[in-house]
Amino acid sequence: MLPDLGKYAVPVLAAYASMIVFLGGLILISLRNAKKSKETLARLEENRKPK
Amino acid sequence: MSIWEFANPVRFMRLSGRVLPWITGLAFLTLLPALYWGFFLTPDDARQGATVKIIYVHVPTAFLAINIYFMMFVTSLIWLIRRHHVSALAAKAAAPIGAVMTLIALITGAVWGQPMWGTWWVWDPRLTSFLIMFIFYIGYIALWAAIDDADKAADLSAILCMIGSVFAIISRYAVNFWSQGLHQGTSAPIIRPGEETQVSAVFWQPLMLSIAGFFLLFLALLLLRTRTEIRNRRINALRAREA
Repeated sequence: MLPDLGKYAVPVLAAYASMIVFLGGLILISLRNAKKSKETLARLEENRKPK
Repeated sequence: MSIWEFANPVRFMRLSGRVLPWITGLAFLTLLPALYWGFFLTPDDARQGATVKIIYVHVPTAFLAINIYFMMFVTSLIWLIRRHHVSALAAKAAAPIGAVMTLIALITGAVWGQPMWGTWWVWDPRLTSFLIMFIFYIGYIALWAAIDDADKAADLSAILCMIGSVFAIISRYAVNFWSQGLHQGTSAPIIRPGEETQVSAVFWQPLMLSIAGFFLLFLALLLLRTRTEIRNRRINALRAREA
């Protein structure tokens, strides 16, 4: 349940929403890039091994 | 053990791999309760009403926006002097985090300023220097992306970082340099013995916890992103050998 923010509900909620959107986006992009580079490097290292 | 040993990418990957899950866990265990405490459990301020709750987002992100730039300045300097690749890659990894922190600080400042000052934006020394710092962050990221030669990109972006650091310093001390402007003094000063905080304890305690939480989250993201950059560098080296 949200606290009573009175007439300032819009700016307070907008501030928290912007933080969630931008920080959440940064976390998701960082995790996706980390996963992608880890998989690509593992594949390249695997190809280098003598068969 | 010397700190320079961690400039070795293999050692850095080994150590960061071990500490990253712990720092990530600690970051969420600190940040989520801090934001819950600030948003749900603190009272309204006598003059600012419920808008005081914005402080738990605005102050930590503004604090990090400046200090991440300072960290990039130090790591860029290490790259220029000692040519440690991990140092340059750490600066590269930190830039998007700093840009996002600056953007959040600018947005939350605007939505806080509108009901309190009666305006979203004013060309106040602190606000203006913050906007310029944000542009430097974007320029730094763009410069890295624009140059194919990694060492050349690291050199040029390090020089750009040095130039931009002037605005990071101005952002921090603008309210002290100029007596004009709407922005008040810092809300999170270094406490000296015998001095009182500028914020009531009821707001101060969750604010300090929130700053700690945001800092730990930055540390976790920095390690994660630096590890990605080190892997990408290795990928590029392997592809160059194959070509």
